Amino acid sequence: MLNYKFDWSIITSGQYFDWLLSGLFTTLKLSAVSIVFSFILGLLIAVMRMSHSKPVRWVALSYLEFFRNTPLLVQIFFWYFGSYKILPMFVNDWLNETGFEFAAATMALTIYTSAFIAEDIRSGILSIPKEQMEAARSAGFSYIRSMQYIILPQAVRITVPPLVNQFLNIAKNSSLAMTIGVMEMTYQARQVESYTFKGFEAFTAATVVYLVLSIVITLLVNTYNEKVLKVHKAS
Amino acid sequence: MEHFLDFSVISDNFTYFMIGRFPHGPLGGVGLTMYLAVVACILSFFGGLILGLLSISRFYFVRYPALAFINLVRGMPLLMVIFWMYFLMPALFGKVAENNTVIMALTLFTSAYMSRIVVAGIEGIPKGQTEAAVSTGLAPWQVMLYIVLPQGLRNMIPSFVNQFVSLIKDTSLAFIVGVSELTHVATQINNRTMAFPTEIFMFIALVYFIICYAFTSLSRWLEGRLSWSKVT
Repeated sequence: MLNYKFDWSIITSGQYFDWLLSGLFTTLKLSAVSIVFSFILGLLIAVMRMSHSKPVRWVALSYLEFFRNTPLLVQIFFWYFGSYKILPMFVNDWLNETGFEFAAATMALTIYTSAFIAEDIRSGILSIPKEQMEAARSAGFSYIRSMQYIILPQAVRITVPPLVNQFLNIAKNSSLAMTIGVMEMTYQARQVESYTFKGFEAFTAATVVYLVLSIVITLLVNTYNEKVLKVHKAS
Repeated sequence: MEHFLDFSVISDNFTYFMIGRFPHGPLGGVGLTMYLAVVACILSFFGGLILGLLSISRFYFVRYPALAFINLVRGMPLLMVIFWMYFLMPALFGKVAENNTVIMALTLFTSAYMSRIVVAGIEGIPKGQTEAAVSTGLAPWQVMLYIVLPQGLRNMIPSFVNQFVSLIKDTSLAFIVGVSELTHVATQINNRTMAFPTEIFMFIALVYFIICYAFTSLSRWLEGRLSWSKVT
């Protein structure tokens, strides 16, 4: 450690800077795609979880419990190495053409995160007074339509902060995608380290990127909580 | 299609999945996963307790560094923490075994999260308790040690168990630095047998699920039990 010569120039310019930058973009892309899909899937699971039909509730609950209690890394490996046996042929073909690493990572992150998002959405829905649903039903809306027009628009508003935090979690969790060769932030930092032996600089760069991301997102959530949800409460 | 999924690869390697080469070699598989999780959990309990107490200290020169550290670690992916440890530990302490590197990384990471549980637990104790204790003449550290913490820790138990579940899942990352816990064993067997990735990863997912679900259920049970006895 004492003989270590710091050389920050390697990560601030040139080829290694480009690597790190492309890593950041891959991380953001992977996280953005995954959060969108896991929101949709999470919404579906949350609604299923509150369904009147027992089998539907049971399916949703097993989904939640299974994917929340299994490591993300194992899920990534499962989709990357093992999914070809259970997916239909045309899906496999399509995946192989479009770059399977990215698709497998997206799939794993989406399914893992959707299980957490579903619970966030569910507590958002539960925080809407029951009378709203009863009023909607007695006004002639069906269960689905009352969800669609009355409950969900309000619940989603409350769910925004936890959702944004889930985005942050995805951004951090997406670092695991490096194990199957997705060239995201951590992968590139590791790459720079093995090419230059400047691990301290490379890891600092990646750490700073993750920190800036989490600080920005935390500030956004705080602003939203103050500006939007306070208004919501007062009205 | 008759051998759509062939689980004989699991039964053939079952002992290896569970304990690695244990009696004749180092512990591996589920055994090592649990060892890493338990040791890291015990260490990060104390780490989290200390960090949590520091982060609500009355002295800003104690509070701010602790908060900065907690937020630094919480803002990082665990994988980054593992790489940092993997990179820094040899530089600071000479040669360190991989197991210990991973335990250190898991401990640092989990301590930061545990500290938040500790703070929440302490804040959950009514202010009146502290005031009453102070007015009987106890010093601030005595108030914390004898009055607030014993009650607070009890409320934290379910959250600690949840954190332990996260730890079990997080030990899978030890695979990256070559520690032969369950995930690493699975990739080894997968590389050797080549043809059964679906079966192997389904199986270890199930093993993780059974262990984690047992503890998640325990945490829920404790939550119900502890809150019930608090009311009476």
